Formats: sequence, C-alpha cells, structure tokens
Amino acid sequence: MDIKVLGPGCAKCKSTVEQIDRVAKEAGKSVSLEKVEDMRQIVSYGVMSTPGVVIGGKVVHVGSVPTRDQILAWLQ
Amino acid sequence: MSTDFTSPAQPSTPDWLWHSGILVFVAAWYALYNQLIPFAEWMTSLFPVERQSHTGEAIAFFFYDVPKVMMLLTLIVFVMGVVRSFFSPERTRALLAGKREGVGNVMAASLGVVTPFCSCSAVPLFIGLVSAGVPLGVTFSFLISAPMVNEVALALLFGLVGWKVALTYFAFGLGVAIVAGWVIGRLHLEGWLQDWVRDIHSGATAPAAFEGERLTMVDRYRFGIEAVREIFARVWIWIIIGIGMGALIHGYVPQELMARIMGADAWWSVPAAVLIGIPMYTNAAGVIPIVEALLGKGAALGTVLAFMMSVIALSLPEMIILRQVLTLRLIAVFIGVVGSGILAVGYLFNFLF
Repeated sequence: MDIKVLGPGCAKCKSTVEQIDRVAKEAGKSVSLEKVEDMRQIVSYGVMSTPGVVIGGKVVHVGSVPTRDQILAWLQ
Repeated sequence: MSTDFTSPAQPSTPDWLWHSGILVFVAAWYALYNQLIPFAEWMTSLFPVERQSHTGEAIAFFFYDVPKVMMLLTLIVFVMGVVRSFFSPERTRALLAGKREGVGNVMAASLGVVTPFCSCSAVPLFIGLVSAGVPLGVTFSFLISAPMVNEVALALLFGLVGWKVALTYFAFGLGVAIVAGWVIGRLHLEGWLQDWVRDIHSGATAPAAFEGERLTMVDRYRFGIEAVREIFARVWIWIIIGIGMGALIHGYVPQELMARIMGADAWWSVPAAVLIGIPMYTNAAGVIPIVEALLGKGAALGTVLAFMMSVIALSLPEMIILRQVLTLRLIAVFIGVVGSGILAVGYLFNFLF
C-alpha cells in the first residue's frame, strides 16, 4: 500500500509518519511510506492544512495527526 | 513529542459522561482560580527574602502569574479548540470565494480569528485561497489576522492586563488586518507572486477540493483537548521565560525609566517599538507578561500595543515560509503596510489615553 504524508517538516507531520509506521507494523501490514515536503507537490493535492495523508492518489485526511483507529481503517 | 493518543482507548465512553466531565472540570477550574493569590503568597513565604523587597516582589509576581496564565490558557484554548472544530480552512475558502474586496476583507479578518491556523501550513492555505479565486488583498487580511488575533494573545491579555486592553487589542488587530489587506488589494500586486503561484491563480492547475469529515460533539471536545496539549507543548517555555522577564521588570526596573523611554511623550517610542518587535521571535505567550510589566512601570498603552502587535504579526520565520509564494518585493510591501497600520494604532492610543 502506497501512503504519502504531505507536510513541510513541522512536528505534527513527523509524528504522522511515525504513527502510521508504528500502527502498520503492529497490524502486520506492509506499507511504503513517502514524506512529501515539496510545497508545489503538497498544494497540487488541494490540501489547505498539513499534515495531509494521501492513499492511492486520494487525500484521506488533513490538518492533524491521524488517530490509531483512523490509520487501522485505512489499512484494511 | 509524544505520539500516544488517548482517544482510541475509550470509544465506548458515553456522551453524558463527557458532558458532565467538562462541567466538573470547569467547576474545579473556577475553585482553583480563586486560590491563586493565597498560593502565590504561600510560595513566596517559602523563600528566605523580605516580602516587600525587590526580590520578594519579583518572586510573588512570578508565582502568581505562572499558574494564572496556565489556567486561563487551558480554559480559553479548549473553548477555542471546540469553536474551531466548526471552522476548517476548506469552509473558510468556500465562504470567501467570490467575495468582493471590502466585505471580503472584513470576513477574511474575522474568519482568521476562528479558523485553525499554524504558520507551518500558511503556504498551502495561501495557495488554497488564491487558487479558489479569493482576491489577494482578502487573502492577506486573513493571513494578518490569523496569527495576530489569536486565543493565546486574548487569553493572556485578559488575564494579565484586563478585559479593556484585550478588547482593544482584538478590535484594532482586526482593524489592521482589514485595512492592510484592503490596501494591498488596491495596489494590485498579483504580478509579484512567485511564478508557480501565479499559474495556479490563473486556474491553470487548480487543485481538487477535499471534503472534510463529519464530527460529533465528543469529537469536538477531543479537538479542544488536543488543542490544549499542542499549545502547551509549544508555548510553556515561552510563558516561563516571559513571566520571568516580566517579574524582573516588575521587581527591579525603576518607574521613571520606563515612563521616560516608553511613555506617551516620547514620539519616537512607537516606531522604535515596532522596529524592535519585527525581528523578535516569540509569541503572544512570551511577550504579554513583558507587556504587563511594562504597563505597570508607566509605559504608554499605544507604544506597548504597537510593540506587541509587531512581535506577533510580523515574524521573521513566517516571512521565510511566505517567501516560497511571495517575491521579496511583495514581502516588503506586506511588512510596510502592516507596520504602518500598527504604527497608526500606537499613535492613536498614545494620543487618546
């Protein structure tokens, strides 16, 4: 599963990446995580607040660190 | 920063428990808040110093203000967190799209108060607004008011300096955002955006919109709690430093000195306050305790307001972030216009009061 985290490097963006990584490992799912820091790419997804989470080219979450439950739901 | 989350652990907590929990919290908060003076006096009495000495004054000031500010912040940030859960940048964009200048500036500045904003997402927000056809000047009204008129500033002013100054700051902060945004709009500086932003502006690569999620009231409470955690993680150190400096000023700086260099009679004090404020990097939490102490030492209200606005509204890190979307010339205009607005507020107040 391809997951992209959109964020210019603020603290919340970093913890989003860590959180997804940890939940995926716990759930035994293999994901490829990519952190997108380039502003042009970030805005090309139409998000207005970071961090944003993109799965399969679709924005599924913006503006906060996702909760464990949200991440588990995405991984299903 | 910890990434542990409390929310998934209790998905079965019934709603009524949340509502009553919030009520109990507010009651406890109120009871504690009324014990702050005895607490500060008791803490001060533990130190081997005269209560009436400079050191005694400074210590009492510190132990009264730190818990007071922390408590006010907790309550106000929580309430604003809940309020902000009703507003998202996406909704703000929808409200502002297609608004004319004038009305648009007023709406943008007001929405800047309640829309969740962090300077790290200033760029995507800017692009989001501009690409949806929100005029540049209206976008600027938002970008000026969002960091300047925030709940941390209002909570601290209210708690430390009083509601009159808090209300004044609120009204004139909005005023500066509206007028400065309008002026920038009148100057028609769309050509001074960075090239790639201009392409989006013209609709060439308009990004797709994202639909937000639906929230329950309990979700909104969580939103508020998360806001408190986040703000505290970010500002607690500034509060301690700011109040520490305020305590030193309170205890040691002679009255006449401040009245002379920051008083209403010194015409140059307002521009000096603005100039010193621009490169200073702290936030409302750090600067307002200093403001309180300066006011107590006879500094003029206008000068102090100008200093505070310039520290909070014009910060170097935010300019560096905005550099990605604005040319240097446009940033210079931005600083110039907002700085002039703040100057005007400073002089006006020194003249009136």
